[in-house]
Amino acid sequence: MRRSAEGPEVKKRFGRNDRIFIAVFAAAAAMLLLSGRWRLAPGARVVVTIDGERYGEYSLDREQEIPIRIDGVTTNVLTIRDQTADMTWADCPDRLCVQQKAISGENETIVCLPNRVVVQVAGGKESGLDTIAK
Amino acid sequence: MRNKSVYKTAYLGVFLALALVFSYVESLIPFYFGVPGVKLGLTNIVVVLMLYCVGAKEAFVVSVVRIVLAGFLFGNLFSIIYSLAGGLLSFLAMTVLRRTEKFGVVPVSICGGVFHNIGQLALAALIVENYHIFYYMPVLLAAGIVTGFLIGIAAGECILRIGGRIK
Repeated sequence: MRRSAEGPEVKKRFGRNDRIFIAVFAAAAAMLLLSGRWRLAPGARVVVTIDGERYGEYSLDREQEIPIRIDGVTTNVLTIRDQTADMTWADCPDRLCVQQKAISGENETIVCLPNRVVVQVAGGKESGLDTIAK
Repeated sequence: MRNKSVYKTAYLGVFLALALVFSYVESLIPFYFGVPGVKLGLTNIVVVLMLYCVGAKEAFVVSVVRIVLAGFLFGNLFSIIYSLAGGLLSFLAMTVLRRTEKFGVVPVSICGGVFHNIGQLALAALIVENYHIFYYMPVLLAAGIVTGFLIGIAAGECILRIGGRIK
């Protein structure tokens, strides 16, 4: 049953394979991160879906508080301010969606898993070029 | 004479208790990156240690029981489901990588961290039926590498120091 802890791969802290492995993973993650950030064009509106079904669509230009109701009960409150959307209240126990920072870039999402609510930023009128020009 | 199965039961109990303590400690640390679901994964120290010093079967049992118990103690039903999705995939990835015997503790742990995040994100995408949340994949991958690296170093040191004494 017992496996020896004195295997050759344990004795040395970092073998050659380990260094290569870590370098490849780190490089891949860095590339993914950078490519993802570049594509972040500013969005114009947020789309709220519940359980995969469209609930509503709201412009990021209009500052407002949007209660999200499921079967008449308010489960989440979405606040739009300064062109960003932020989940400011939720009835779920962990409130991970409330902790999440406000979103404004296209395709950015806030997800409330217990209520299956997804808030996603969609379609900006501006192109990526304007982002750089700002 | 020493009864082997009693001895093993006691050892598994100790490991499970240790994993639960790690879960508790982790639930106290506000470790937050702006993306939900990023955690240090302290309990993975126990899983990696067991994978190397005790065996895959035992590590699996402790890992699953730990997730269910920690879910009841410090979380909720959702956290159990998500932890299981991440934990099982992570365990599978670590076991496979360990079996190749080509890599040390740190890559195995990194693999565990990365696949834990992949598992959770995949399940989240399935449940909310929105595949755009894979947008967070790069962040979660990077987080998995960083946390996996730290946990791997800690687990590696544990294995070097106490690994030989675990029977």
